[in-house]
Order: sequence, then C-alpha cells, then structure tokens
Amino acid sequence: MLDGLQEILFTLRQNKLRTLLTAFGVFWGIFMLVLLLGAGRGMQNGVYEDFGTDVLDFIIVWTGTTTTAYHGLPPGRAIRLNLEDIEAVRQQISGIRLLSAERFVPDGGTMSYHGKNSNAEVLGVPDEYFKVKEDVPFNFGRKPNPLDQEEIRKAVVIGTVVAERLFAKGEDPVGKYIRVKDVEMKVVGIFYDKGGRGRNSERVLMPLTTMQKMYGDVRFTDNIWVRPAKGVDGFELEKKVLELLKRRHDVAPQDIRGIASFNMAEPMQRVTGLFIGIDVFIWFVGLGTLTAGIVGISNIMIITVKERTREIGIRKALGATPFNIVSTLLLESTLVTGVAGYVGLVVGVALLELVAFGLRSAGAQLPYFVNPSVDFKLAITALLLLVGVGVLAGLMPALRAAKITPTEAMKAE
Amino acid sequence: MIELHQVHKYYKTGDQPLHVLKGVDMNVREGELVSIMGSSGSGKSTLLNILGILDSYDSGSYMLAGRQVGKLGETEAARLRNKMLGFVFQSFNLLPFKNATENVALPLYYQGVGRKERNYRAEEYLDMVGLSDRKDFMPNQLSGGQKQRVAIARALVGKPKVILADEPTGALDSVTTHEIMALIKDIHRRGNTIIVVTHEMDVANQTERQILLKDGQVTSTQVSGDAREAVGS
Repeated sequence: MLDGLQEILFTLRQNKLRTLLTAFGVFWGIFMLVLLLGAGRGMQNGVYEDFGTDVLDFIIVWTGTTTTAYHGLPPGRAIRLNLEDIEAVRQQISGIRLLSAERFVPDGGTMSYHGKNSNAEVLGVPDEYFKVKEDVPFNFGRKPNPLDQEEIRKAVVIGTVVAERLFAKGEDPVGKYIRVKDVEMKVVGIFYDKGGRGRNSERVLMPLTTMQKMYGDVRFTDNIWVRPAKGVDGFELEKKVLELLKRRHDVAPQDIRGIASFNMAEPMQRVTGLFIGIDVFIWFVGLGTLTAGIVGISNIMIITVKERTREIGIRKALGATPFNIVSTLLLESTLVTGVAGYVGLVVGVALLELVAFGLRSAGAQLPYFVNPSVDFKLAITALLLLVGVGVLAGLMPALRAAKITPTEAMKAE
Repeated sequence: MIELHQVHKYYKTGDQPLHVLKGVDMNVREGELVSIMGSSGSGKSTLLNILGILDSYDSGSYMLAGRQVGKLGETEAARLRNKMLGFVFQSFNLLPFKNATENVALPLYYQGVGRKERNYRAEEYLDMVGLSDRKDFMPNQLSGGQKQRVAIARALVGKPKVILADEPTGALDSVTTHEIMALIKDIHRRGNTIIVVTHEMDVANQTERQILLKDGQVTSTQVSGDAREAVGS
C-alpha cells in the first residue's frame, strides 16, 4: 500500500503538467465556491446586522387615542393597557411563547451619581421581558432575576450609554447606588442593546413590581410584548391578540390608532425573500462552477488514461492485473483531486478570513457586508462531491483501459 | 518447457472469420534458444502473443512449464505472465518517466517485492547486461542498444521460466544487433530458455533451432550449425 502510494507519487511527479492541470481545475472549482458562499454569507450577516440584537419574531402592541366612534363611545378616548389584558391574552389565545408587560416612567427620569447627572428612559419590566431581549448581552454584572421582582428590590440594570455618563472611566458601576428620580437604587448589571442604533442603551430597567410600588398605577402597562410559540404563524397571532384587546377596550376593529402593533415577522419576511434570492443565485453560480470543475476533471481523466494506454499495456505485459491498473489510476485521481480541493478550500477560507480581518481592522463599514464566512459542512460536501465525481470520471476510462489487451495497448502511440 | 499441440486461432473480421493459426505443433525444451521465423502474415506475432499469454487461442492445448494454459481470466493471466514470462519487444517499451533501474524493477513491483530489494536486484541485472554506469539514466538518454539491454534486464529480473523476444533487433543497426544477440546468447548460456521471434536470417541463425512458420502452420524446424558452435564454445 505504501509502496503503491510511492509509485503513484512518483508517476505524478514525473507528469507535472498533467497533474497541475487536473489539480488546478479542482482547486479553482472549490476556491470559487468557497468565495461565493462566503460572499453570500457576508451579505446575509450584513442584513442581519441591521436588526440589532432583537429577537426576530416579536410582536409589540401599544395604544393611543381612538379615531372612530364605537359602541356609542366618542372618538378621542385615550386607551391604556393593563395587566388584566395580559392575563386575558394568556388565557384565551393559544400559541403564545412569551408575554411581557413594559412600562415607561412618564417623561423619562433624571439620575445622578456623585454629582454627575444623566437623563434616560426608565422602564419597569417583568422578568419575562429579558426573554424578549434574550440576545441583548450583559457584559458586566448580571441580568435581573425573579427574586428582584418577588422581593421588590431596588435593583436596576443600566445601558452602556447611561453607565458612561454617570461613571468615570475605569469605575465599575456594578454594586454602586445611583439616584433614579430621587430613589437610591443599586446597579446590578450593564447591558448593551443595539436597537434603535444604540438609543436603546440609554435606558434604565427596574423590576416592574418596584416601579409599581414607586409610582402606583399598579395595573397599567404601556406596551405588551408577544412572542409566538414555535411553528405558530406570527401574523395570525397578532390578529387574534389585537382583536381581543380591541374588544376588551371597545375599540373599533378598523381603528389603527387606538390599539396598534408592530410585527417583526413582516420585515423578516422581506429579508427572508431576499436571502432566498441570494441563496438561489449562489447555488446557481456555485453549481455551475462545480459542474465546470467536474467536466474538467472528467476530460482530463479521460485524456490521461488515453495518453497512458501504452504505459498500461507495458505494465500489463509485465504482470499488472486489471485490479492493479484500475486501483492505481483511481488512487491517483483521488489523490490529485483531494489534495487540490483541500488546498482550494484552505486558500478560499484564508482569503475570506483575510477580507473579514481587513474590514474589521480598517473599521470599514460596508453596507450589507459583514464578516464573510463559509459553511464548512457545505464546503466539505462540495469537496467530497468533486473528488467523488473525479474518481467516477476516472473509473470509466480506467476500466476500459484495463480491458484492452497488452498487445493492442502497446501499439498505441 | 513449452508444448503446443494443434493450436488454432481465429480472428473475427467481418462475416468471414480469419483463420490465423491452423494447428500449430511445437516444443521448446528447458534451456533452449529457439527462433520462430516467418514472413509477415505468417501468424508469428499471433503465436508469440499466445505463447506470452497476451492472447487466447480457440482450440488445441498449450502447456507451459508443466501447466495447462487454457482460458484464463485477466488477473490469472497477469499473474502467470509475471511469474513465468519475460518479454523483450522490438520497440523496447520502457516507461519514459522511469530511469533504467526503475524500469528493470517494475516486474518485481507487481510481484510485491519491496522497493529496496527491488532496486537492489534491478541493479544486479543492469550490471549483468553491462549497464552498471547507466543505472540512473532516463530512457531518452540511452541509445537503442542500451534501451534494449535495459529491456532484457527487465525481462530477466523476475526469474521467468521463458523469455520471449519479439524482433529484439528489429529497431537496431547491424553492429548493435550483433551486440544484443551476443547478450542474448550469453543469457542463454546461463541456463535461460529463450524464444526469439524474427524475420532476419542472421538473427535466426544464431539460435539453436529455427521454427519456420508459414500460413499459420509450422513447416519445418531445423537445427542450426552456427548455434551449435555457439553452444559448444
């Protein structure tokens, strides 16, 4: 086996041009495929980047003033949601994964720490809220937990922007007490929310129960967040939730000001369409490249075998069995395509990484192109496919070559 | 060593099968140096192919070293060729991308002999044919006579029972022809059984016995005086 391999390596070395041509065909096919896949992934990443750190399936419901008269009630009524609404939605509508209230302190809040002041939005949120914001990283301290709610602790988490404004550089805010609207509260964590182009990091979040205790109005909530359960149609769910809430508050079904909603699934749908488009394009070009590579290998294999008919004849006369001939030819093509494909893979990935590194280190912000990378499993599959087809392409002429008699083969020039 | 009895061979060409060998009878004893002569179309190439197990025959029998060679599978035929036969061709048939030693070592590769042992034995045989100073030369760096010497070393390296030489001097000038025939006779003196196929009287006369083939049949075999002298000396 080792001897056979040495024999093959020797033959390959002695036929450099042929080897190089075959190898280059495979190399190029895989290389281009990796680049394409990487570029496609870069575009997808770029588009996703625009969505910030929100989960991608939330529905948010908020209220305003009614615009139409309904059930004998005049227009212009201000609608406010409350915790009973949330309970009703929870009990009457199925297919909900998560429900959360979200309450804002009216007019925002002023907060201070050792003479430094800042203004920020102050929100009271239940523990479930952080499952809506599950992708928001807490780089320092901790996330709020159910105990904060239960024990009505005066614990807040603050956004990075707030932390920068209140605390000196190098000072760790975690564990410090800040004044929020004249109440001393302990900072337990710092988060960074990309949403609203970083504006969402100008926030201070406290337990809903704490806020209820501080500001009264126990029942109210400004927004309701909903996430559908897996496999549930977000648009259906949104419709049902709106219907129920409008019924409960006597808002006309067509009134879009009284109770309004936004469904993340809507922009996602457009983006998904775009991604499918990109994917189809990539696969079209990629498969084209791959096919070209396959045809190239097949051709070269056929020519190779033809070119070597005489050699095969000589080897057979000297005692090579058909199995010797076929296995040597196949091992040869596997070796060449395998190594060349692997090199193509490595070079392609290296180039992608280089581009990604260049973009990062230059701090360049290309619109819709972030962190190009390649699905390794896919690339390996393509590589195996190419090698497999290369071997198959070699198999047919190899079998034919093994069949012709040595005398016939030796006559070939 | 070789016994052919009523060997027939047909080639299918069109509707009329071509009857090439029409009952060939011949014997070659162990240690003999025999030539098969005949004009082109006499069937001597076909006969050589059958002797070399490169081709099959349609009826009759062929015994090689006490073994019946009948209808064989490709693999079996290859093994027999490898073990029993050494070939020398008119056009040398060296692999162009291998040097002299590697060319000679090739039959041993198919016998499963390790590389080191292979090259060692190959060099031994290159010494024997007088090419100890050309071991690393590629075929295109060798003259025709030198190429044929390499081919002869290659035919010998596997220690075959019979060496088949197909027009071994056909591509060589008269001086080189003489050298190669001297080498073949020398190898014969070392106890090898050799069959030379040729159409040159000069060459045939240097063998112990000439088998004359005409129209697919052996018409005569005669013992050469010239060769007897060579054996006697």
